[in-house]
Amino acid sequence: MVKDNTAGSRLFDIALIVILVGIAILCILPIWYTLAVSLSNNAAASSGRVGLWPVGFNLGSYQELMGDRKFFNSFWISVQRVILGSGLNFVVILLMAYPLSKNAKELPYRNVLMWILVFTMLFNGGLIPWYMTVKSLGLINNIWALVLGNSVPVFSVILVINFFRNLPKELEEAALVDGAGPWRMMIQIFVPLAGPVIATVTLFSIVYHWNEFFNGLVLMSAADHYPLQTYIQQMVVVIDANTMTAEQIQRMSELSNRTLNAAKIFIAMIPVLVIYPFLQRFFITGITLGSVKE
Amino acid sequence: MINKGFAKHYYLMLLPGMIWLTLFSIVPMFGIVMAFQDYNPGLGILHSEWVGLENFKYMFSLNDSVTILVNTLVIAVLKIVGNLIIPLVFALLLNELRLRYLKRWIQTIVYLPHFLSWVILSGILLDIFGYTGPVNQILSVFHIKPVLFFGRADLFPALIVGSDVWKEFGFNTIIYLAALTGINPALYEAAAIDGATRFKRMLHVTLPGIVSAIVLLSVLSLGNVLNAGFEQIFNLYNPLVYSSGDIIDTWVYRTGLVNLQFSLATAMGLLKSVVSFLMITISYYLAYRFANYRIF
Repeated sequence: MVKDNTAGSRLFDIALIVILVGIAILCILPIWYTLAVSLSNNAAASSGRVGLWPVGFNLGSYQELMGDRKFFNSFWISVQRVILGSGLNFVVILLMAYPLSKNAKELPYRNVLMWILVFTMLFNGGLIPWYMTVKSLGLINNIWALVLGNSVPVFSVILVINFFRNLPKELEEAALVDGAGPWRMMIQIFVPLAGPVIATVTLFSIVYHWNEFFNGLVLMSAADHYPLQTYIQQMVVVIDANTMTAEQIQRMSELSNRTLNAAKIFIAMIPVLVIYPFLQRFFITGITLGSVKE
Repeated sequence: MINKGFAKHYYLMLLPGMIWLTLFSIVPMFGIVMAFQDYNPGLGILHSEWVGLENFKYMFSLNDSVTILVNTLVIAVLKIVGNLIIPLVFALLLNELRLRYLKRWIQTIVYLPHFLSWVILSGILLDIFGYTGPVNQILSVFHIKPVLFFGRADLFPALIVGSDVWKEFGFNTIIYLAALTGINPALYEAAAIDGATRFKRMLHVTLPGIVSAIVLLSVLSLGNVLNAGFEQIFNLYNPLVYSSGDIIDTWVYRTGLVNLQFSLATAMGLLKSVVSFLMITISYYLAYRFANYRIF
C-alpha cells in the first residue's frame, strides 16, 4: 500500500473512516431499533417516542411471547424444516455432485445430464404448474412440501461438481490401485475433502430454509402448519400492509401492538444472528472454491 | 486411469437427486400447456378445452399487463444499476482503508442484512417508515408533515430499490473485494513514483484492474431484467401502490392463486419464463465470450 503524506490524503483518510463507519451503522441501525422497540412499553412505541434506547423498559412483550403457543409451534416447524431440508440437501448434493464430476467416458451421457441440470436453472414452468404438481403429489399441508418444494439446489450441486473436478486425479488413481470401489471412494475420500465447500453450501441451505416464507404460505392450508416466517408475515406484515385507505392505515398502525411485533421479529432474527459468525468464515472462501479453474 | 465399470454405481448415486429434480422441476414444465387451455379444475389438464393463443390475446388486452410490465422493468433495471454501482463504490472506499481491524469489522456488519429474510425486514421497514415511526419523527423536526411512505405510489419504487440495495450491497462487494486483491501492488508504487495522486491512482490503476469483474457482473445481471423481487414486493406492497409496485410475479400470484384464473396466470408466467430464459442464455453466452466465464 502506497502512503501519501499530503494533507489532502490524510484528510481523506479521516473522512473515509467517518463515511465507512457511518454506512456500517446504517446497516445495524434498523436491527438495533427493533430491539429497542421490543423492550419498550407499547404506548411509547405507538406514539413514536422510541429512539435508539427503550422508553419505559419492560420485558412484557417477551413475556407475552413466551406464552404464545402459535409462535413456538411455528418456530418448531421451522426448526424441523431446517433439519430435514438441509440434511436432505447435504446428502443429495453430494450424491449428485460426485458422479457428475466424472468425465463422459466414465459416466455415459454426463454432458446430457449437466445440460438438463443447467436448463432447470434457466427455465421453469411458472408458479401455477409448480403448485399443481405439489398438490397432485398430495403434499399440501405436509412438512415434506416445504422440504422438497423448491427442488434440487442445482447451483450448489454445480459448485461442488467444480470443486471435485479441481481435485488432483492422482487421488482417485491411488485409491483405485488400493482397490476402492465407487462408494468407498466417494464416502471415504472425496466427501471428507469437500469439507469447506459442503459447509458453505449447507450453511446457505440452512439460511434459505429458515428465511423462506412463500412456500409455507402457499403450500400449507392450515395456519398451525405455518413455518415461522410465514406466521410472522401473516401476523406482522399483512396487518400493516393490507388496508385500503390512508386513514385506516394510520389507525391500524396506532392500534397494532408494536412492541409485541418487534419482539417476534427480533426472536426470528436470533438464529441467523447466532450462526452468522460461523457462516462468515466459510462463505467468502467457499464461493470461490466452486469456480471453474481449468 | 479411467474406470468404466463404475457407471452403474454412478447412476445409482444420481437416482434420488434426479427423481427429486424430475418431480419438482421438470414435471411442472409440462404444466405450461395450461396456458393454451381454458383450464377447468374439474376436468384436469388432460380434458380441459384447448384455446390456443386466446389467453395470450386476452392478456395483452388487459390494462394491467402494460402496468405490470413497465413496473417490473423499471424496478428491475433500477435494482440492477444500483446493485452494480453502490457495491463497487463501497468496495473502492473500503479498499482505501488501511486499518485492517476496522476493515474486518465493517465487512462483518455490512454483510449481515443479506442474511435476513424479507419478512423480517418488511416488518422492520414498515415500522421505521410508518406514520408514527422514526423517519416521520425526524421529518417533524424539520416541520415536514408525516408522510405515509408505503402508501404512496410515487415513493414506492424508490423505497423498494433503496431497501434492496441496502440489503444486498454488503454481500455484493465480496466479488469486487476479491478482484481488488488481485491487483499487483507494484503498479500502485509505480504510479505513485510517476507522481499520481491517490485519486489518479484509483482511476488509472484500481479501476482498470477490476474492469473484468465489473463487466462480468454487469453481463450476468442482464438475466435478471424481469426479476423485480417478488418476496420483497409481496411483503411491502398494498393496493394503494399497485400502479407503480405491482410486478409480473405478484400479478401472477393474485390472478392464479387468489382469483383462481389458472390459465391466465400460467400464460403470463410462461411469457416471463420464456423471456427470462432468453435473457439469461444471452447473458451467459456473452459472459463466456467476453470474460471466459463458464458454469461447468
